[in-house]
Amino acid sequence: MDLGILTWGDTGWGDELARGVLTTVAIATAAYLVGTLLGILLATMKLSRSPALNVPATIYTTTMRGMPEMLVIYLVFFGGGALSTWIASSVLGIRGVFDLPSFAVGVVCIALSVAAYACEVIRGAVLAVPGGQIEAAEAVGMSRRQRNRLIIAPQAFRIALPGMTNVWQFALKDTALVSIIGVTEVMRTASIGSDATKQPFTFYFVALMIFITIAYLSQRLFVRLQHSADRGVRWGA
Amino acid sequence: MGGLDFLTFFGDALSQLSAGIPRTMALAGTSLVVGFVLAIGVAGGLLSREVVPRSIANGYVYIFRSSPLLVQIFLIYYGSGQFRGFFDAIGLWGLFREAWFCAILALALNTCAYQAVLIAGGLRAVPWGQIEAAQAVGMSRYRVFVTVAFPQALRHALPAYSNEVVLMIKATALASTITILEITGLAKQMASETYRPFEVFVAAGLIYISINGAIVTGFMQLERYLRQNATLRT
Repeated sequence: MDLGILTWGDTGWGDELARGVLTTVAIATAAYLVGTLLGILLATMKLSRSPALNVPATIYTTTMRGMPEMLVIYLVFFGGGALSTWIASSVLGIRGVFDLPSFAVGVVCIALSVAAYACEVIRGAVLAVPGGQIEAAEAVGMSRRQRNRLIIAPQAFRIALPGMTNVWQFALKDTALVSIIGVTEVMRTASIGSDATKQPFTFYFVALMIFITIAYLSQRLFVRLQHSADRGVRWGA
Repeated sequence: MGGLDFLTFFGDALSQLSAGIPRTMALAGTSLVVGFVLAIGVAGGLLSREVVPRSIANGYVYIFRSSPLLVQIFLIYYGSGQFRGFFDAIGLWGLFREAWFCAILALALNTCAYQAVLIAGGLRAVPWGQIEAAQAVGMSRYRVFVTVAFPQALRHALPAYSNEVVLMIKATALASTITILEITGLAKQMASETYRPFEVFVAAGLIYISINGAIVTGFMQLERYLRQNATLRT
């Protein structure tokens, strides 16, 4: 294994890999934020008593969790491209093949899958807020909105955090899949490097180490967030 | 894209892609079983009181759970080529050249890390009194493990196992990236031959959802059966 190829500049792959890291982190972060917002929406739908809201949400989460993430990426990227080409030619009368932007598709696809997993975590957390808290909020005359915002949301956030840490790790690992539609994140950079230098083990090993490092560092951020969310909690009370 | 044409093509896609089901099941099944056997050892390491086996097991679990499976597959399949001389010398190159071997090895090592955590968690949940009671009636350490601790650990881990099996079925889709024509591989091929990716990938998705739905239902039945059985005996 020759680690000399990892230097900076024209002869090495260090700068290319560093750019890959930025892309990976950017995709994972964007997808995680969008996916969490969607997950909150889905969880609200699932917790609703109206079947018009909870049935579609259940169908969505079951579908997304039962399908390989890679297939979702293929479906959105190639299927979406074919669909927009068809719409353009038959509705708008424009001819030609449409390709979707792969970075955006990557973010959307990972966000769609994050949303399904986040929905379950958030729903569970909301249900785990003790019933007495809700009764107490009603007893002091809070409106539904006040109750949701001041009583349920902050407590659900704390309960959901460990589960949402896992969802983040999922999102981070899923970013490797967007290399198949040509986004040059860590994985794709490693593939290009290994083709060019004929040193596949070196490059994929470095990619592995990069992912483990990002996972480790982000884990520590979540631990700190958990500490701050836990302040003021009396354990065993 | 008329309605009837869509339906005929969709039916076609479903029947063509179904040819991939046995390969998907074989990949997932073999990896799950191999991973399970290895996981028993790793779980032992995780629970060990000795520092060395415990750190090795923890390190293994950490590496495989915090890196993408795609990287693990490529590292084994393409990465082994960098050491061709070495694998030739020990006579294993024939194996590492095979996409099937590499896919199953990567999937098995990956699920092993997850299963080890499940099994270790299940073993921790076995009440200590059970082990003491088994020792008191004179069972050997081995018998205590095989007939008392391990079966209860599996029962504890069962709900999480259903999840792991579903995740493995989904994970086999990655084998398509190293030339294996399971459901996703066939779908990719068919999509590029027919230029109708939308219908083809939706059909593939439907097959995966059906398989996973069946697995989840099966596990739920098994859990219910075990619960009834447990109440009958006590």
